[in-house]
Amino acid sequence: MLSVENLVKTYRTGDKALNAVSFTAPKGQVVGLIGPSGAGKSTLIRCVNRLVEPTSGKVRLGDLDVTALPRGALRRARRRIGMIFQEYALIERLTVMENVLSGRLGYTSFWRSWLRRFPPADIENAFRLLDRVGLTEHADKRADALSGGQRQRVGIARALAQEPELLLVDEPTASLDPKTSRQIMRLIVEICDERGLPAIINIHDVALAQQFVARIIGLRAGAVVFDGPPDALDAAALTRIYGEEDWTAMRKAAEADREAERDEAERLAGLA
Amino acid sequence: MVKDPRWRWALAVGAAVYLALALGTLDVNWARVADGLERGARFIGGFLAPDFTTRWRDISQGLTESLTMTVTSTVAGVLISIPIGVGAARNLAPPAVYYVCRAIIALSRSLQEIIVAILLVAMFGFGPFAGFLTLTFATIGFLSKLLAEDIETIDEAQAEAIRATGASWLQLVTWGVMPQVMPRLVGLSLYRVDINFRESAVIGIVGAGGIGATLNTAIDRYEYDSAGAILLIIIGIVMAAEYASSHIRRWVQ
Repeated sequence: MLSVENLVKTYRTGDKALNAVSFTAPKGQVVGLIGPSGAGKSTLIRCVNRLVEPTSGKVRLGDLDVTALPRGALRRARRRIGMIFQEYALIERLTVMENVLSGRLGYTSFWRSWLRRFPPADIENAFRLLDRVGLTEHADKRADALSGGQRQRVGIARALAQEPELLLVDEPTASLDPKTSRQIMRLIVEICDERGLPAIINIHDVALAQQFVARIIGLRAGAVVFDGPPDALDAAALTRIYGEEDWTAMRKAAEADREAERDEAERLAGLA
Repeated sequence: MVKDPRWRWALAVGAAVYLALALGTLDVNWARVADGLERGARFIGGFLAPDFTTRWRDISQGLTESLTMTVTSTVAGVLISIPIGVGAARNLAPPAVYYVCRAIIALSRSLQEIIVAILLVAMFGFGPFAGFLTLTFATIGFLSKLLAEDIETIDEAQAEAIRATGASWLQLVTWGVMPQVMPRLVGLSLYRVDINFRESAVIGIVGAGGIGATLNTAIDRYEYDSAGAILLIIIGIVMAAEYASSHIRRWVQ
């Protein structure tokens, strides 16, 4: 379980990125974090594992107060928090397998990681994860030889290799086409379901968020302005988050999208 | 640029007059030039008819010394450059370490090889050991600086992803940074091999051993045919190093 209490981040330039953000994500809940660019979505998830140091407030992971940890303990806490990135952030020149195993670095001594001598259990687990995300036959390829969707799957496997208790997902679909975006979102949500993992997903595509997540938090100028189930996100709520705009058109497009997908699923079911 | 044609003419004439006066101050000793031309002709003659055999023992000894100096100084230089380069990268090192490493680089780069060689020959005596130290010192300035700059322009997202896994600082460097800078580090090290070989010929002239010392002796003895042979060998080796390094670089990509 993750709980964030009164989190504030003020950058050195004086910009207030987060203004007293509070919420709790229980076990297994996938939270979609939406909001305009610059609303502080990225800052918020990076404050959770302190890649960005929060100015004040608390982040708790279970009983652990992450914001109070000294460096060594922070490293151990980061092992419990998997992270998935917008541009995949894979080590491009290493193989898919090495990228997945890099999720084990926090558990492995420097010399073992330098010599690539990971424990056999880690390697077996890495193969299982590659199988889960559908990349078994690509294990020995270099990461830069894969397509965008495949790279993001490697990113997911790397995060899972950490055996995390929480997933932080930063715009997982921003550089993917609509179909691949849906596949990736579905995979992330399924995996969170299987493992009872809570996740926070930054996402700018509102329709995609509504389709997949169980709860949506709307952020505007560093403050929470909406927190509720996807169905409650109506035109008034969207206006509160993003400002005035004609939201009905987007609605319709999203519905058409979902219908097309349902038809596709039925067609495939018919074929099988 | 200058609109008025009178001004343009005045400037052109002024420049011509200055040039004529400046040339007039040169004190050319034409008899000496004639002498020198004859000597130059002998030098070129020697170059055209190189003599590899008469002084072969000296040449091969000088070559071995130079090649040994080149390889050892490049290896030592690269090994020392890596930690200094990492320390001089703003995105990896704390400010105190950063300034110390930048100072080392600045010191190494501000002193020309020949000056360092003269100093080290005075300290350690004639011979290849002074040459080895000179080239190592020069390699550190060159390689650390370029490595640090390469580290500062890496894709930070990859490093961030490694940090997010709970990796230690050393793991961050070896997993998040090293794979990104490795091809360039290999390329620069190979480039440094042929710079060091050429420099070993130059610093030999001030007493730091190697093929440069042999070349200097040959010229002092007016043995231009042997000197020509030595120059041809240097050109050949630099060319071979060039081809080899471009092949290796392509392979590392």
